[in-house]
Amino acid sequence: MGDSALEKARLVDKKIAGGKAGKLAGMIVAVKDILAIRDVRTTCGSKILETFHSPYSATVVERLEKEDALIVGKTNMDEFGMGSSNENSAFGPVKNPFDPERIPGGSSGGSAAAVASECAMTALGSDTGGSVRQPAAHCGVLGLRPTYGRVSRYGLIAFASSLDQVGIFSQNAEDCASVLEAISGFDERDSTSVNCEVPSFSSDLGMDVRGLRVGLPSEYFQSGLQADIQVKINELCEMLEQNGASIQKISLPLTDYGIAAYYLICTAEASSNLARFDGVRYGSRIDTKEDLKHMYCETRSRGFGEEVKRRIMLGTYVLSAGYYDAYYRKAQKVRTLIRKEYDEAFGRCDMILGPTTPTTAFRLGEKINDPMEMYLSDIYTVTAPLAGLPAISIPAGKDTNGMPIGIQLTAPAFQEGLLLKLTEYIQLHMESHDL
Amino acid sequence: MSVPLEEVKKIAGLARLSFNEDELKAYSGHLNQILDYVGKLNELNTDHVAPTSSVQDTDGPLREDMVHASLPTQEVMKDAPSHQDGFFRVPKVIQSDGGNP
Repeated sequence: MGDSALEKARLVDKKIAGGKAGKLAGMIVAVKDILAIRDVRTTCGSKILETFHSPYSATVVERLEKEDALIVGKTNMDEFGMGSSNENSAFGPVKNPFDPERIPGGSSGGSAAAVASECAMTALGSDTGGSVRQPAAHCGVLGLRPTYGRVSRYGLIAFASSLDQVGIFSQNAEDCASVLEAISGFDERDSTSVNCEVPSFSSDLGMDVRGLRVGLPSEYFQSGLQADIQVKINELCEMLEQNGASIQKISLPLTDYGIAAYYLICTAEASSNLARFDGVRYGSRIDTKEDLKHMYCETRSRGFGEEVKRRIMLGTYVLSAGYYDAYYRKAQKVRTLIRKEYDEAFGRCDMILGPTTPTTAFRLGEKINDPMEMYLSDIYTVTAPLAGLPAISIPAGKDTNGMPIGIQLTAPAFQEGLLLKLTEYIQLHMESHDL
Repeated sequence: MSVPLEEVKKIAGLARLSFNEDELKAYSGHLNQILDYVGKLNELNTDHVAPTSSVQDTDGPLREDMVHASLPTQEVMKDAPSHQDGFFRVPKVIQSDGGNP
């Protein structure tokens, strides 16, 4: 994509000179390889799509191009968005720019690493259960998951359709706001995109925290949270209080059930969504001398990686006759309870603050053989998607090993503006307080 | 509750996946481990709770049923593993000997 980006850059230069450039003129953007770009290879980190070139572009890609952003490349990812360490890519793992022995987080690990290493100013990713916020935390950059429905998913390869959302990586709130403004809004090609006015996120930045009520859920600060992350959050809360915000102790007792509900729902939806990869219309096919069913099985068994097959198996099981009510239906009911719990919490506070991850980036290979252990690292990120809420991870210094720490803010639906304002405020004030 | 190996084999068939015996044992182990964990949802009383399938409370929006241009067939076929005369080609589904009259 390098040549076409250079060509586009020359064109944008002329537009700038002529005073006709788009709002993102000159912004260097990387795009997660789960998003389609016309005539560009779109692999989704999978062998089954190794040679696939999309015949169309995702809506978010078209909108970036319309505002004269420069898309310089596709980024590596966990296959089909399934993973928390980026070790599940068919094309090898992404490594953390702060320590190549450690994971960058997943599944949008490549996008996070691209922004952290300044290969790109911003990057697009996708967040189903934390796939933007968790790698952002591990790589020391901003990672925003917008409200479900805020951004069109047309051209985003589906993993779990009731949860998937396109997200943004950046170094600062201003860039994140500009990109969000450009990609948001109704799209008739995605019936879940919401038809409401898009606020001018970038010009609305700037805030006074006096009177702001920040909720701190006690369940986020129990055993399992790395000590230096807790320390950073305490420092941040003190700073906010000193400047006039009030810290409200709140309770979200269902936090502990989020992972169970999330993995049942996302695997069920994935087993259905990934049925389309059968070697007939696109991607690779394993030709056998036998019948159609045999071709399907061989293509899928050799084309999908281990984690994808594990999730298809779990999803198929929980949707199968006799288990649907006990697992899938049960998880959907718990999802209702989690939504209610957030609704009640937002009666007492404007925003919820907590850690993005229980620990900083772990080592490559550390959890890859224990899927359950890997899933548990998503505890703080899976509940916002279950409730459809926007959330952001903000870099907040380093731990004793020099690895980045991420702090997460969650807001009521369609309050991305508030998230970005407080993010900007925190970034400005943490610098001056040397936090 | 543990899912027997035969059941795991059946699920693999439904998912159009095939595994050798070692793989089957490994997937069965992981499946059981995860199902054990998610059993914790039963600690919660969900009687009289409506399930959430989408966080959007509205029905999907409707649009006029108009004919629009779609992607050209040639473009779409470009990446198909096998195609002929504008159709996707698949292995034979109906056997020529015997079968249907």
